Amino acid sequence: MTTTTATHRGFWYRHPGLRLGGLLTAPMAWLVVVYLGSLAALFLTAFYQVDDFTGQVVRSFSLKNFQNLFTTSAYYQSVFRTISIAVLVTILCLVIAVPLAFFMARVAPRNWRPVMVALVLTPLWASYLVKVYAWRSMLQPETGVIAWFLKPLGLGGPGYGYLGIVITLTYLWLPYMILPVYAGLTRLPDSMLDASADLGAHSGRTFRSIVIPMIFPSVVAGSIFTFSLSLGDYITAQIVGGKVTMLGNVVQQTYVTNLPFAAAVATLPVIIILLYLLAVRKTGALENV
Amino acid sequence: MRAKRLLTVAAVSVSTMVLVAACGGSSSSSSSGSSAAASGGAAAATPGGSAFAGPVGMGEGQLNILAWPGYVEDGSTDPKVDWVTQFEKDTGCQVNLKTFGTSDEAVKLMQGGGWDVVSASGDATLRLIYGDLVQPVNTDLVPSYADIFPDLKMQKFNSVNGVAYGIPHGRGANLIMWNTDKVKTPLDSWAVTFDPNSPYKGSVTAYDSPIFIADAAVYLMATQPELGIKDPYALDKTQFDAAMALLTQQKELIGEYWSDYTKATQAFESGSTAVGTSWQVIANLAEADGGHVAAAKAKEGATGWSDTWMIAKDTPNINCAYKWVDYIASPSVNAQVAEWFGEAPSNSKACDLTTDKNFCTTYHAGDTEYWKDVYYWNTPTTACLDGRTDVQCIPYSEWGTAWTALRS
Repeated sequence: MTTTTATHRGFWYRHPGLRLGGLLTAPMAWLVVVYLGSLAALFLTAFYQVDDFTGQVVRSFSLKNFQNLFTTSAYYQSVFRTISIAVLVTILCLVIAVPLAFFMARVAPRNWRPVMVALVLTPLWASYLVKVYAWRSMLQPETGVIAWFLKPLGLGGPGYGYLGIVITLTYLWLPYMILPVYAGLTRLPDSMLDASADLGAHSGRTFRSIVIPMIFPSVVAGSIFTFSLSLGDYITAQIVGGKVTMLGNVVQQTYVTNLPFAAAVATLPVIIILLYLLAVRKTGALENV
Repeated sequence: MRAKRLLTVAAVSVSTMVLVAACGGSSSSSSSGSSAAASGGAAAATPGGSAFAGPVGMGEGQLNILAWPGYVEDGSTDPKVDWVTQFEKDTGCQVNLKTFGTSDEAVKLMQGGGWDVVSASGDATLRLIYGDLVQPVNTDLVPSYADIFPDLKMQKFNSVNGVAYGIPHGRGANLIMWNTDKVKTPLDSWAVTFDPNSPYKGSVTAYDSPIFIADAAVYLMATQPELGIKDPYALDKTQFDAAMALLTQQKELIGEYWSDYTKATQAFESGSTAVGTSWQVIANLAEADGGHVAAAKAKEGATGWSDTWMIAKDTPNINCAYKWVDYIASPSVNAQVAEWFGEAPSNSKACDLTTDKNFCTTYHAGDTEYWKDVYYWNTPTTACLDGRTDVQCIPYSEWGTAWTALRS
């Protein structure tokens, strides 16, 4: 009895490679085949053409899609508009999330924390579409809640369009910014704040020299979420965007009639995100996440 | 170390690409075969294989339907509107429904597979036929077919070389619709949706699909006859550019585009959209909801649809599929669908069974004259559909590219 168990253990013990392989095959297969594989397929498709009539993919290699993409000013504008939306959403999320997370982690009584984290998370329990349609009715020109609030001030509501998209996306992705910043702030040792105060720093100085450098990696982590989620979104633009479109809408509109072109467009956000991640890596923030 | 890792990643992605390319090899030959058939026109073989020989037997127990919204109602939209439950009871075929907002969406969903029948408009049918996605239909197995209006049978968009590819469902025109709180005088022209000085600037809507280019072409047919447009789906370069210029000008007026009919219904109801192109079903839904709206056919003519129920090529539920296309085209069901959706029924006997006895007159079901200036959605091809041979027309794929460029 004991001997069999020993041999059994011994086998796996004597073959560390097999043991590691057994553990890692499934997740690695998932990563390579499903994730990298589909990215590779996407990139490859971008070089194909379509049959003019049936819209089916013809596997002949050409650079036409990329040429088309980089020579039509409408697509340029779409790229810049999408990036500007993603950047604005990230900044807005940051501006709202940092004070809120600071309050949650540092100011509010300790036993409120779980309740507040739960409250921040509640919007994530509702369906994405429900939330965007709710914003659609709130943003409605003239009769929407926002327009109604702004009317006494003599202002019109933002209506459907660029601003509507930014507001809605900020609402949608805010929890993804609050949570990492909150986590970063709870890890901030009290002793450092005390030391800063003891050395005569004002609260502004402490915030600048202690808090910001300490939570920077968390902010970066949050910004990766808000930036990439905004960059790839298209449903929000469809529902509250009026006639404003984002890159995702271009993909969505062309993927039936011209799948290879849609693939070429879809590689753009991937490249933008990779550049963003590289820039983030340069700052060293990724090492602490 | 990092260089080595990069190398591994590169090797993995290259091998994956090779794998993907190899797997796709077989399908590429079939797709090039079908495209050759399309450009050749008179193809020797019938696309999609041969029709079901019958007889129609016991149902397989389920049917996956892809349809325009409003065509397949089981009482969930309105408890009084239900013809699916009866079908399920009669045949034992459990219906799984998915609706789509544009023909492009329908084609894409059909390419994905898993659907047994589809209600396809004329701008999708030929793509489905030559894309080898649907099969010919044996009309002898569909008793309702005998009563279909003759001018809907064996049309360019639902048959190839004298072989029927589906059962006509109904037809209608795309209407100009307006919110009566915002637009006080009844409209009968597309002018307010295209004119740069339109009083409704910022609250005009348009249908978000490349096929809407044809709507601009219809307007140009009436307003710029010197362009010589005969068929809004057969546009040469000059005509196409004129239509795109008109649409670019129209973009200034647009508040939002729609392809989701619920969004359009809500926008017209609330008045955030004052005027624009719409379907009768949207007007009906908005009215039922208490919205102040009206809709009419414009005097310049209109694009429209003539829909066809088609059967997917490799459907495992062939008996249920035949039972469905017969059921949905049968007089009483066809009458119910037509009245709910607000379109002319395809079955001539349906007119006696509508709850509103004037329904078929209102919708001009048998009125050949009325349909003269309604241009049914069609798939534009390089060979001009109006028969011109001295020029090349702009194919649908380029309509798509132009529309995307306009929208981005």
